[in-house]
Amino acid sequence: MKIKVLFGPVIIIGFAAAVWAADSSKMMSVQVKTTPLRDTPSFVGKAGATLSYGDRVETLGTQGPWTKVNASGGLSGWVHTSALTSQRIVLKSGQETAQTRASSDELALAGKGFNSDVESEYKKQHRNIDFTPIDRMEKIRISSTEIQSFLKEGGVSPREGGAQ
Amino acid sequence: MLGIFFLFALESATPQILDTLSDIGAEIGKQTGALTPGQAESIKKAGKAVNKTFESITPEQEYYIGRTVGAVIVNKYRPVNNDAANHYLNVLGQTLAQFSDRPETFGGYHFLIIDSNEINAFSAPGGLIFISRGMLNCCKNEDALAAVLAHEIGHVQHQHGLQAIKKSRLNSAFTILAAESAKQFGGQDLKDLTTAFEGSISDITSTMMNSGYARSCEKEADKSAVEIMKRAGYDPNGLTAMLMEMKKNLKPDGFDFAKTHPSPDSRISDITQWIGPYQPVAAPAGRQTRFERDLKLN
Repeated sequence: MKIKVLFGPVIIIGFAAAVWAADSSKMMSVQVKTTPLRDTPSFVGKAGATLSYGDRVETLGTQGPWTKVNASGGLSGWVHTSALTSQRIVLKSGQETAQTRASSDELALAGKGFNSDVESEYKKQHRNIDFTPIDRMEKIRISSTEIQSFLKEGGVSPREGGAQ
Repeated sequence: MLGIFFLFALESATPQILDTLSDIGAEIGKQTGALTPGQAESIKKAGKAVNKTFESITPEQEYYIGRTVGAVIVNKYRPVNNDAANHYLNVLGQTLAQFSDRPETFGGYHFLIIDSNEINAFSAPGGLIFISRGMLNCCKNEDALAAVLAHEIGHVQHQHGLQAIKKSRLNSAFTILAAESAKQFGGQDLKDLTTAFEGSISDITSTMMNSGYARSCEKEADKSAVEIMKRAGYDPNGLTAMLMEMKKNLKPDGFDFAKTHPSPDSRISDITQWIGPYQPVAAPAGRQTRFERDLKLN
């Protein structure tokens, strides 16, 4: 009886929290250079529009590591959660929010800190360090279609739900 | 004077009380007239900056750190300019990255073969991964190569590179950022930030190339590799197969994995606990054919 009394409120609170989590939506930002909006929560899902660094999205729910979002322009789809942050990313300094809330943990200033200016300064001081191979390797991007063909050709069968 | 005292106190305080301490100190200084409002605000921001760890490094900053770490690596070990082999490595690597817990990084995952017969592989923060010829020689099939790449992806996923940056270095960077967050950097700030950047690069590269990550980090990367391979559909025995081959090729006094990693035997022992006794990899013929065809370096 005592156990029931103790666990009753816990169960009710837990249920309420689950309902809240399912219903709540919040705003998040894209924290990578670009990421596609996919029509299903998977890397094999067809990729539609591309979201860019700093884009704000409204989250509608999650499925595993994927988040369903609404983006500007009436777009919606699935984005891998590792591409999102709860911080607001301000792309240009000097904006009102940047000046008043720059040190806030809810705000990140794009291009601040270790950035292209710092890299340029580093290059000036280390002229022997060649970044050309790095620029070249960054250009190699493999499409979802090629990845699917690669898996098929090699007889590689991903575990169901394996793609994170 | 009061400001200096509080900054000193911030260095020795626990993270939990840093924010409060800096806020109180700054407020007292302001009320007593010992500090101007601007100085008080700077101290508050400095307190919050000291409280930050490697986890406060944004993916964008991680990307720039990774680019420079990568540039230092290819400065020491020249790249192998074999487009077909590097393309194959990228298809395999980018496929595996999708099955990791962190498939999305700021600039994505990219892979490059480096021209060295040492047995080495490096992962720069953010996803730039380098594999030596010597390491490729330890991989007799695609599953073994997948194991090497998945291990390096594991280091990226767990941000082991960023963890190698000294706390004092991060304190310097975040203090500059906190003080100047709403302005464009220039002059002395940029120089100071570049000094902190340079130190961070040095911390990471010397850890990767000389001392190696902590044994716990290597174990974590191996565990992630096994998980990534299972999810993707590769045989995790490929990791054991590669380590058995590596054991044959390692020179005890070498400046490569012999120096920076736990012994193959101890890693195999851990892996056996996760996946059971070693079973030879039986991959379809097509997989082996493309592995031998696309990875031909000479």
